[in-house]
Amino acid sequence: MARRPAGLVDIIAAHEDEIIRQWQAELASNGSERRLSAREIETQCRSMLDAFRESAEAGQASERLHDLLAGMTRTRALQGFPISETVSFVLSLKRPLADAAIKALERQPAAALREVMAAGDLIDGLVRNVTEAFARAREEIILHQQQEISELSTPVVKLWDGILALPLIGTLDSSRTQVVMENLLQAIVDEGAQMTIIDITGVPTVDTLVAQHLLKTIAAARLMGAECIISGIRPQIAQTMVHLGVELSVVSKATLAEALGYALAQSGRAVVARRPAGG
Amino acid sequence: MSSTNVERHVIQNSDDVVRVRQAVRRAALDAGLSLVDQTKIITAASELARNTLDHGGGGEALLERLADGGRSGVRIRFEDTGPGIADIDAALRPGFTTGRGMGLGLGGARQLSNEFSIVSELGQGTRVTIARWK
Amino acid sequence: MDRIPILKIGPALLVTIQVDLHDDVAMALEEDLGNRIVKSGAKGVLIDISALEIVDSFIGRTLANIAGVARLLDAETVVVGMRPAVAITLVELGLSMPGIRTALDAERGMAVIRARIAEVGTADDHVVDKR
Repeated sequence: MARRPAGLVDIIAAHEDEIIRQWQAELASNGSERRLSAREIETQCRSMLDAFRESAEAGQASERLHDLLAGMTRTRALQGFPISETVSFVLSLKRPLADAAIKALERQPAAALREVMAAGDLIDGLVRNVTEAFARAREEIILHQQQEISELSTPVVKLWDGILALPLIGTLDSSRTQVVMENLLQAIVDEGAQMTIIDITGVPTVDTLVAQHLLKTIAAARLMGAECIISGIRPQIAQTMVHLGVELSVVSKATLAEALGYALAQSGRAVVARRPAGG
Repeated sequence: MSSTNVERHVIQNSDDVVRVRQAVRRAALDAGLSLVDQTKIITAASELARNTLDHGGGGEALLERLADGGRSGVRIRFEDTGPGIADIDAALRPGFTTGRGMGLGLGGARQLSNEFSIVSELGQGTRVTIARWK
Repeated sequence: MDRIPILKIGPALLVTIQVDLHDDVAMALEEDLGNRIVKSGAKGVLIDISALEIVDSFIGRTLANIAGVARLLDAETVVVGMRPAVAITLVELGLSMPGIRTALDAERGMAVIRARIAEVGTADDHVVDKR
């Protein structure tokens, strides 16, 4: 048993260039790794084979191999590689290693089989690690994107002196409501706004919970001294709201345009045509 | 979880309530809480300090600065040896009051915190713990 | 004990609340404001809370009480200058102070009071001295 890993180590040392070449050929024939240059692939293959040899010597995947693979996997996940390609990078090493073992131990089929299986076990373990690392990296991306979306999707727009618009797109949960509220209240201070139009054309449903979040936002704006108007409630949503018994108890206009007209009128302004329409 | 630095503040009069508030503000600032989160935890602490004074007949606040791996935060425990709360569920409902506030103290403090726990025994006293993390 | 100064500006009284309102100071303010409204015939009370880092339910109740007393004495109370973080916290706390008017700053608060006076008119406008 003690000699088994040593066998693999010797084989890798003796056939290194051949293994690398065949590994690269496998990767190329799989059609994977097109996004990387041949040189990048070779560097990655070499450093990984080196760490792999070290692990074979120790009889288990070394920390260096784990780190190397985790780093490689993470980079690939972030660059948008599919998981299958990332896994096949590791799996494609199986064949070159097996061929090298068979060649080196031509006359000892039992020993060759043992080494092939040892290499296979080690690689299977690595595949598990790669999958986990890939999933972790993807989660990281999702989390990051969620934050970005919540920031991107809550712009506060100045429509007129003292009149702001908050076009909401997507649903409102409690963490997003926090971001929306903070953005809106800061904009109210910065612009000295007295009126905010919350346009919910882009909100898919208004259930009791979403309504509560809307009311919180309206209440907070009111505490600062700014009035809110709701616009863009689609007929189906209005219907759902009535059926659910959801009440917003604020001025509500069908469209953003009407809401702006109302807000202008409230602040003592009017829009007057200078020419007959269409002329 | 490792925590460092525990401060003890006595709550015997309304000036102590202000002092607890100031101590919580300092700790929240040190923990790097956002302005909104600072305001929330200070307000929650203010509500509970006042409860300790008005309903518990005075007591103390234990202020703990928290550091757990990458996260930092503030935890405050309010203890009194007052009459205790007979019906905690009712006391947590908005609008419940036996004192001078607006009946939002306990439920409000829960709303404003990331962690909230309450233990109360009739005739023995009440202990409320809140925390807010960065 | 410190008392919070009350300034008369035009038709309104202006009170600026500084950091850390102590209970007895809050109580005294309620009392002082009532007296000043009667004495000055002010039609509005502006309470500037822009210096307040927190408003808890005690301060919230104090503000509501002041507004209630002022209303009975025919003066409108406008709370001005609330900070965004305070507004968010109050809403989470469940304290939306429905009975109190608000404005962004003292200037706009004053406009609210003037608008109310213009709308309702004051008794003085209709009393003509015929002597």
